[in-house]
Amino acid sequence: MAKITLKNLSHSYLEKQNNNADWALRDISIDWKDSGAYALLGPSGCGKTTLLNIVSGLLKPTKGNVLFDDKDVTTLNPVERDIAQIFQFPVIYDTMSVYDNLAFPLKNRGLSDGEIASKVKEIAEMLELTSTLKNRASGLTADGKQKISLGRGLVRSDVNVIMFDEPLTVIDPHLKWVLRSKLKELHQKINRTMIYVTHDQTEALTFADQVVVMHEGQIVQTGTPVELFEKPKHTFVGHFIGSPGMNILPCEIKNGEVNFGGQKISSHNSIKKSNFSKTQIGIRPEFINFSKEGIPVKIKRVSNTGRHKIIDTECTGGKIKILSNASTEIPSGSTHVTFNKKFTYIYGDNWIIE
Amino acid sequence: MNKTINQKAWLFVIPVFVLVAFNAAIPLMTVVNYSFQETFGNNVFAWEGTRWFKQILLSERFHAALGRQIAFTFIILLIQIPLGIGIALTMPKKGWGVPVCLILMSMPLLIPWNVVGAMWNIFALPDIGFLGYTLNAIGFDYNFTQQPGDAWFTTILMDVWHWTSLVVLLSYAGLNSIQPAYYQAAEIDGASRWATFRYIELPKMKKVLTLAILLRFMDSFMIYTEPFVLTGGGPGNTTAFLSIDLVKMALGQFDLGPAAAMSLIYFFIVLLVCWVFYNLMMKNEAQS
Repeated sequence: MAKITLKNLSHSYLEKQNNNADWALRDISIDWKDSGAYALLGPSGCGKTTLLNIVSGLLKPTKGNVLFDDKDVTTLNPVERDIAQIFQFPVIYDTMSVYDNLAFPLKNRGLSDGEIASKVKEIAEMLELTSTLKNRASGLTADGKQKISLGRGLVRSDVNVIMFDEPLTVIDPHLKWVLRSKLKELHQKINRTMIYVTHDQTEALTFADQVVVMHEGQIVQTGTPVELFEKPKHTFVGHFIGSPGMNILPCEIKNGEVNFGGQKISSHNSIKKSNFSKTQIGIRPEFINFSKEGIPVKIKRVSNTGRHKIIDTECTGGKIKILSNASTEIPSGSTHVTFNKKFTYIYGDNWIIE
Repeated sequence: MNKTINQKAWLFVIPVFVLVAFNAAIPLMTVVNYSFQETFGNNVFAWEGTRWFKQILLSERFHAALGRQIAFTFIILLIQIPLGIGIALTMPKKGWGVPVCLILMSMPLLIPWNVVGAMWNIFALPDIGFLGYTLNAIGFDYNFTQQPGDAWFTTILMDVWHWTSLVVLLSYAGLNSIQPAYYQAAEIDGASRWATFRYIELPKMKKVLTLAILLRFMDSFMIYTEPFVLTGGGPGNTTAFLSIDLVKMALGQFDLGPAAAMSLIYFFIVLLVCWVFYNLMMKNEAQS
């Protein structure tokens, strides 16, 4: 149990770095409170696993520090840091029984047999593994195996943080829900700091209180799921979170007014003058409504997902996606749309203008 | 789905049948033929029944050769398997060292058997060979052409030199296929180096090691050329392993009947051991 502070972390897998692209991580600073549930969200290759391995001590950062409870642990190895990590695919010791797998981290730390037995029993019950304790671990299904690797992390009472590196990748969809709610339940029960790495927004948003969104080795936004959805600070967040993602439309700034496709747009944030190389409007498909007047659009395609309709439209300024209830009547041909001002944001060079 | 019946498909199998017949079935049946009969040349045969088999199975000479063979195979497996795993564990995993090590390791495997025998023969000669001369110079009374112990020592050393690489290469391939997450998990679980080897590396290498043991068993059990060139089976018969003894009987004494019977017994021993070994390994596999 610990609070975790990352100070100006940068990491590169190369020995010499010439430009930004040579860095896997660039100047990352995060404060994670004790016993919180956090998620690191981002596409493949954004540096989230690198960051996780730096926190766990499997990797030493090129620059910067890692602090557990204000104590610098940058140079310590995973054992000295007392962390647990669950990997993308289940890592189990094939030749051991389920019991021995769960007992392994405790045996290595020299606990007595009695202590080990009671600890393993407790964790096995929590994870519903009691009936399989005597079986060989390699005979279990993928989700059973992943429960074992989870159990090996939970069985130690002293862990500072439990980290998950896309732990549900190999699990069947219907079991993903079960395991995910299990994780959430466990977090409430044992109250430890948990960090969850994933590229799946649903997993991140359902698991975590705070989500850190990463893009090209940088943190683009940290916030609650609602904040990320309603007020993306970077066009990447808008685009990456939500399905379909945010509409990012080119716009012009003239005399403090925002012009898009020849129309004046009113937005939540305001801008006086633009020094940016490009300015854009961000509006989620959920917050666009059909109306009698506004921006003239042509309906191109309507796809019905059952609960929603996704409408592809085109206007002079670009393509706009609209999401509406399945029951909504969709006008055909040409019509007009309006943007909900509260959720319309202006971005300068991809960052929100505050 | 209905299967289409087309007997013409058998035509495609004929080439394989012919090939197998000529390179395996017919030669083997010739041996079977000889093993039940006495021949006086000129295609004159007399039926002998199981006489040659009884003779071989009861002969002390065969028992001695079999004993030597088992001892030799057992000793080289005991040395080569742990040594091979050990070397594979210390080999670099990346960088320029990888190709260098791989090439160095493959070299002995590329040398023809009789060349290996000749090389070691010269290398070990007590008067002019580097190994033999050095051993004598530092005070050992070493002479592999006259002392059985020295002959065994040299033969085993030669086989270890020639074939440990095979175990190394197989183990190295097995080790390299282990995902880094296993090592990371072991590190986090606080496993010692030994525990990591025992519970991760060894189980993950099981398949390649099964293969390595099987290959080394078969090869060493049928070894002929190298000891033939090195010691010729001597001094006396002390390094006459099964193949060497068999050739002596068949070509030296021209006892074709007993030699054929011995070949078949020899063949069945190899087959039986491989079958038992393979099944034991696969039984374990099925359990897990």
